[in-house]
Amino acid sequence: MAEWKAAKPENKALGWVEERLPILSLVNNVVGPDTPTPRNLNYWWNFGSLAGLMLVIQIISGVVLAMHYAAHTGIAFDSVERIMRDVNYGWLIRYMHANGASFFFIAVYIHIFRGLYFGSYKAPREVLWMLGVVIFLLMMATAFMGYVLPWGQMSFWGATVITGLFSAVPVVGESIVQLLWGGFSVDNPTLNRFFSLHYLLPFVIAGVVILHLWAKKISDSGNPLGIDVKSSADQIPFHPFYTVKDAFGAGVFFFVFAMFIFYMPNALGHPDNYIPADPLVTPASIVPEWYFLPFYAILRSIDFPLGIPGVFELIDAKLLGVLAMFASILVWLVLPWLDTSKVRSGNFRPMFKWFFAFLVIDMFILTWLGAQKPEGNIPLYGKFATLYYFAYFLVILPVLSRKETPLPLPESISNPVLKPAE
Amino acid sequence: MKFVKNIAIALTLGAAAFSGTNAADAGKHPMQVDWSFNGPLGKFDMASAQRGWQVYKQVCSSCHGLKYFRFRNLTDIGYDEAMIKAFAAEYEVEGDVDDYGDPTTRKAEPKDAFPSPFPNDNAARAANAGALPPDLSLMVKARHDGPNYVFSLLVGYEDAPADFNLGAGMNYNPYFKGSQIAMAEPLFDEAVEYEDGTPATKEQMAKDLVQFLTYVAEPSLQKRHQMGIKVLIFLGLLTILLYLSMKIIWKPVKEGKNFYED
Repeated sequence: MAEWKAAKPENKALGWVEERLPILSLVNNVVGPDTPTPRNLNYWWNFGSLAGLMLVIQIISGVVLAMHYAAHTGIAFDSVERIMRDVNYGWLIRYMHANGASFFFIAVYIHIFRGLYFGSYKAPREVLWMLGVVIFLLMMATAFMGYVLPWGQMSFWGATVITGLFSAVPVVGESIVQLLWGGFSVDNPTLNRFFSLHYLLPFVIAGVVILHLWAKKISDSGNPLGIDVKSSADQIPFHPFYTVKDAFGAGVFFFVFAMFIFYMPNALGHPDNYIPADPLVTPASIVPEWYFLPFYAILRSIDFPLGIPGVFELIDAKLLGVLAMFASILVWLVLPWLDTSKVRSGNFRPMFKWFFAFLVIDMFILTWLGAQKPEGNIPLYGKFATLYYFAYFLVILPVLSRKETPLPLPESISNPVLKPAE
Repeated sequence: MKFVKNIAIALTLGAAAFSGTNAADAGKHPMQVDWSFNGPLGKFDMASAQRGWQVYKQVCSSCHGLKYFRFRNLTDIGYDEAMIKAFAAEYEVEGDVDDYGDPTTRKAEPKDAFPSPFPNDNAARAANAGALPPDLSLMVKARHDGPNYVFSLLVGYEDAPADFNLGAGMNYNPYFKGSQIAMAEPLFDEAVEYEDGTPATKEQMAKDLVQFLTYVAEPSLQKRHQMGIKVLIFLGLLTILLYLSMKIIWKPVKEGKNFYED
């Protein structure tokens, strides 16, 4: 387990502060020179710090946007156009923020799937993983409310569809929806509370990120081999080695990010959101942002009730869909107890590898399905893709943990010679 | 059960092809034009944008507003201050209330937005047989493949096929959603007389208009493209330096050095 090292700064002023509030030690011990880290982390490990950087970019650009934005249905759309036209570099800040949300999600999705493949959710990192799931849920709420703020057609109709989902909850559903709306339809009170919460939640995320890093310190980083650190020879200091590697990764990531900001700033958005919200005109198709599509596809795939349709419906189709959508993320919380294989890394699990690869493909298929109109065979494909998604977590992993024979594990990180199979 | 029935259908059809999108409903795929503002080095064609402004003023502005466009923005497409003042002065806008509390009007100034042709949506509908001519400020960004779509729509009017059920007062245009549009064909050859002598064909006017409307929808486009090059060059060099730094710093790690033994 991680040990804590007190920082001893040479600078007297810093030393004075450190004695009273050991904040330097904190940095030192989490991402600093006194953070022993496995020496074999590959580039998939870059995306945690990238997600952290994106959070910082989103908060800074968002705070500036909030200085110019007006959260009122009458002028919200106009104020965004004013930002684009009359505020100095307003177009740059807004495009950074809008595309930043997408790139934040790209970093986080890769980070999550890295964890899924390399078994980052397994002991002793269960709490670290669960805090990550909480961050992801908070991100989804924040991104959804942020998309409502420009008050375009997709903002309005997306808000109407998504808040409407809560009406499926038995007994209190209608009350929840009215609470979210602040009235009887998506209107000015809705916009106001979404703006307030959109400003609040990122700081909640930042708080949970600190817990996430704390848990990382306690349980140490995992590594691609998935074996425990055996000796100090397995480790290197986080700084300068992983700081420079993360910085290089950030350079590549921001290069792609900048290509979107400057050359295709609207590619990830929907053109309908440049039409002011109109409660009387429903868009031809209401499509969520791409990062919600897999879960939206799961929601739409469940169009049948639990029980016998029309005769005995334990849970009606609408509620079942909503439950499935939330369950598709909440299932990650119990993942450490579903996959009981002692081997963490997918590299040493010959069958797991294939099922994992299919899960990744399944996610892409769900994303694609979420963007299609639910016509023809689309709902059917959605059912199969949803089925595989849940089967992976609820059936395949538990069974695989018992049935699969893992490959022999290496002796140690510093000496990755495979143990001869006996 | 619907689910079981669906599986049965799927088994019957095997790997059925994905259902065709309802192409007729969504409108025909727009014609592709090679615009000057496309690509990382793309710029506005100033002369074309100026001609587009003339077309907008003389043709479109009788029905379509441009509420986010201010006269002063015309500096970006190459007009000088005196000309912009003259353009603005052609229009009347609402002024302050006078000393007696009565509303006044005044000549528009460069700071003003382009005045809407109708006082409100109802007046616009009343004057257009129930159809509302949309504001064009963001039109190019508010449609898929915007510049090509607007161009195709403007030049794409045709006679309706014999079997097409065209509504009263509607016009056939395959590029429009549902193929019928309330707007009558707006552009004809020589509909305007260009100040710079360019022959005003229908295609030419449509192209010029798209240049102008793209500028109106995204005034920062050119600045954005230019800044992007600098940012990408900077990030590229920075990334290379970071890569080389990483290689140097990581050398002892690659050589297997143990950093924790004394």
